[in-house]
Amino acid sequence: MSQINSPAELDLLRKDILSKRDPDKPCISICAGAGCLASGAAEVINGFKTEIDKQSLNAIVDTKGTGCPGLCERGPIVVIKPSGICYLQVTPEDVPEIISQTIKDKKVVDRLLYVDPNTGKKAIYESDIPFYKYQERNVICNNIKIDSRSIDDYLAIDGYSALSKVLTGLSEEEVLEEVKKSQLRGRGGGGFPAGKKWEGSRNADEKTKYVIVNADEGDPGAFMDRALLEGNPHSIIEGLIIGAYAIGSHEGYIYVRQEYPLAVENVNIAIKQAEEYGFLGKDILGSGFDFVVKVHQGAGAFVCGESSALMTALEGRVGEPRPKYIRSNIKGLWDKPSVLNNVETWANVPLIINKGADWYTQLGTETSKGTKIFSLVGKITNTGLVEVPMGMTLKDIIYKIGGGIPGGKKFKAVQTGGPSGGCIPEDQLNLKVGFDELAKANSMMGSGGMIVMDEDNCMVDVARYFIEFLCDESCGKCVPCREGTIQMLKILTNITEGKGKEGDIELLEQLSEVLNDAALCALGQTAPNPFLSTLLYFRDEYEAHIKDKKCTALSCKELISYYIDPEKCTACTLCFKKCPSDAIIGKKKMIHVVDQENCTKCDTCFEVCPTKFGAVIKISGEAVPTPIPIEDRTYIKKSK
Amino acid sequence: MSKILLQIDGIEVKAEEGETILKASQNAGISIPTICYNEKLESFGGCRMCTVEVERNGYIKHVVSCVYPVEDKLIVRTRSEKIDSTRKMLLELLMARAPDSVKLKELAEEYGADKNRFEKEANFCIHCGLCVRYCDEVKKLNAVGFVNRGAKKEISFVPEIASKECWDCKECFPLCPTSALQTAYVLIESLAFSRTSSENTTTIKD
Repeated sequence: MSQINSPAELDLLRKDILSKRDPDKPCISICAGAGCLASGAAEVINGFKTEIDKQSLNAIVDTKGTGCPGLCERGPIVVIKPSGICYLQVTPEDVPEIISQTIKDKKVVDRLLYVDPNTGKKAIYESDIPFYKYQERNVICNNIKIDSRSIDDYLAIDGYSALSKVLTGLSEEEVLEEVKKSQLRGRGGGGFPAGKKWEGSRNADEKTKYVIVNADEGDPGAFMDRALLEGNPHSIIEGLIIGAYAIGSHEGYIYVRQEYPLAVENVNIAIKQAEEYGFLGKDILGSGFDFVVKVHQGAGAFVCGESSALMTALEGRVGEPRPKYIRSNIKGLWDKPSVLNNVETWANVPLIINKGADWYTQLGTETSKGTKIFSLVGKITNTGLVEVPMGMTLKDIIYKIGGGIPGGKKFKAVQTGGPSGGCIPEDQLNLKVGFDELAKANSMMGSGGMIVMDEDNCMVDVARYFIEFLCDESCGKCVPCREGTIQMLKILTNITEGKGKEGDIELLEQLSEVLNDAALCALGQTAPNPFLSTLLYFRDEYEAHIKDKKCTALSCKELISYYIDPEKCTACTLCFKKCPSDAIIGKKKMIHVVDQENCTKCDTCFEVCPTKFGAVIKISGEAVPTPIPIEDRTYIKKSK
Repeated sequence: MSKILLQIDGIEVKAEEGETILKASQNAGISIPTICYNEKLESFGGCRMCTVEVERNGYIKHVVSCVYPVEDKLIVRTRSEKIDSTRKMLLELLMARAPDSVKLKELAEEYGADKNRFEKEANFCIHCGLCVRYCDEVKKLNAVGFVNRGAKKEISFVPEIASKECWDCKECFPLCPTSALQTAYVLIESLAFSRTSSENTTTIKD
């Protein structure tokens, strides 16, 4: 690798890279993201490499480990470029067949295709899979096109062209204006207009300024930033350099959580490559602009995603929020103006520069422009990362892209915005996703977590779960958050265990008010949200737990009992054999009974009882029927 | 330094630029309750007791007065129904931890806080951080620090430093609003301090 000293040299290099590549040569792209790697993608990649070597096919086909394409539910995912044939859940055993059928004979391996669970229809190409068909993948789309560790791959898809455009033709003010015009809002949670934040730093008097990537993604079930960091780190670095240029910063940091080892590795590789090519360092592309970037690994605290805590941690101190009433873009890291934006926000910047703010604002709602990546998880058929235009309805995301709720279950709520977000009920599914739209529904955009819940989810328990998470993650600096979350957790736990009492809801509401009003940082201020939003939409569940000791979702262990309907039991002994705590009394030809004393409510009997019998029943809020006398338990086969 | 004119509880108050609302109030003889504040130390903003209501251009918000800097024409209300009820609950939350703290009892009386409102889980330390910050900022010794986080957070002496420095200092003791600090010190003293001089050995009796 040699240093590139001008935009013209970059163009030459790009041409050179492209000239050595045949766009028609098949390339087997295997997802090497964390999800697929966990499902065995590394073995699949090796399998392809070995098979291709063995058959000496290197001249006719390439292989590539790429970033995450999103449909993590069905990994490892293999896409054959340029045709776009998509195979799911590929194992090393499938490799020879894919080589001989698809690569050599140009045939499709039917059994590895996506099958629509609703229609049974198969999809050959990635673009035909409903999960992808309805998405608008502007930011995450490049993940699948490149080997995340190859800067040449990034250059081949026009990488660093936005930087080149900025450094040759645009003034700092013009870059800032373009970002302001794009109405890009922070993707990390707050939704603060990025251009406005940049402008504040730019206009600040201090000479030393910093730009920072917030890659401390920690919401349960969220992995948007992870996929971008692992899959396309150069896009984030390019955005960061452009931001630094616009505000006049010469030093940047990427604060990435250490629980993302692959992201840390790929980002470090990308920085090294960018330095070698001269996209980072002194006199970038001969423009006279200097910029360096360092990676800082978080030490495992969720609160460090909060801006002041993140900056305190970067300074080498304990990552706790600071009580400051001056914004960090004016007085941030080491008291210098610091622009902190989330991974996805930075990754949007090169797109805005290359395609223009007018293109960018075509998509979206009045106040939320562009696309947003969501991590769609929970009770959903297609789990994974989805990128949609702002303004798409929750219903379309969940049903068209996500494929709806599996197992014929009924939708109950979708939790958006991470632990401090809220649960949105069915009657609001036509809500368009956008910062203000979600806030109006008493939830929030957050960083893009989307957890789908069905009829089996108890909303009180959901609130308890998130408060527990926040209580664990509270730094303990301020009283309302440290002591308030633990009291809220105690009360909510009592309610789910049937120990709720009159006045609990009111006390929780009062605690919520104090947290919201008096906590030091956003973690504490928004910590009551899981409770408040579930109370707003599912108050009846709270009341049933407290007054009737009933969990309507039949989920809270302390409030449910298992009972075998003697009319339906066929004495098949299945539950009797599977019960891990010997809590089923019965034998062959003898109707089974649950021994309530020994039952641990593990749900095994309920799960193993064949659907056609449906003899095991969960009940809540009512007394368990008295078992039939032992002398009446002889099973007599009913005539058909 | 230019003078700033603001209004606190209906009284016109002059303050220096950069001063906090708390300092300006104290100078004007208006009292705001504090727990984690000490004028020798950088403001911590942890106890939230000094929360006040500020109004500017008709926009009202709650801020901690030990951090928020004075502004011209700012209207400050140090007490309101809402602020009093917040302080009351903060005290009730703290009294589940340190029910017998004299300081908390006094404030509880003022704000009508019920020390039995929340289930007690006494560990005496209320994490005001006065000892930790004093040792760091004033003494520059860092013999005592916080360990763990959130509800599990506690103060702990660093034996290597404490065994050398604390015997002759103990300046943090009177800062502690509960008895937690002494307890922690005695504990670490009995467990880890190396005793070389004869006078020290007399401090611990069986």
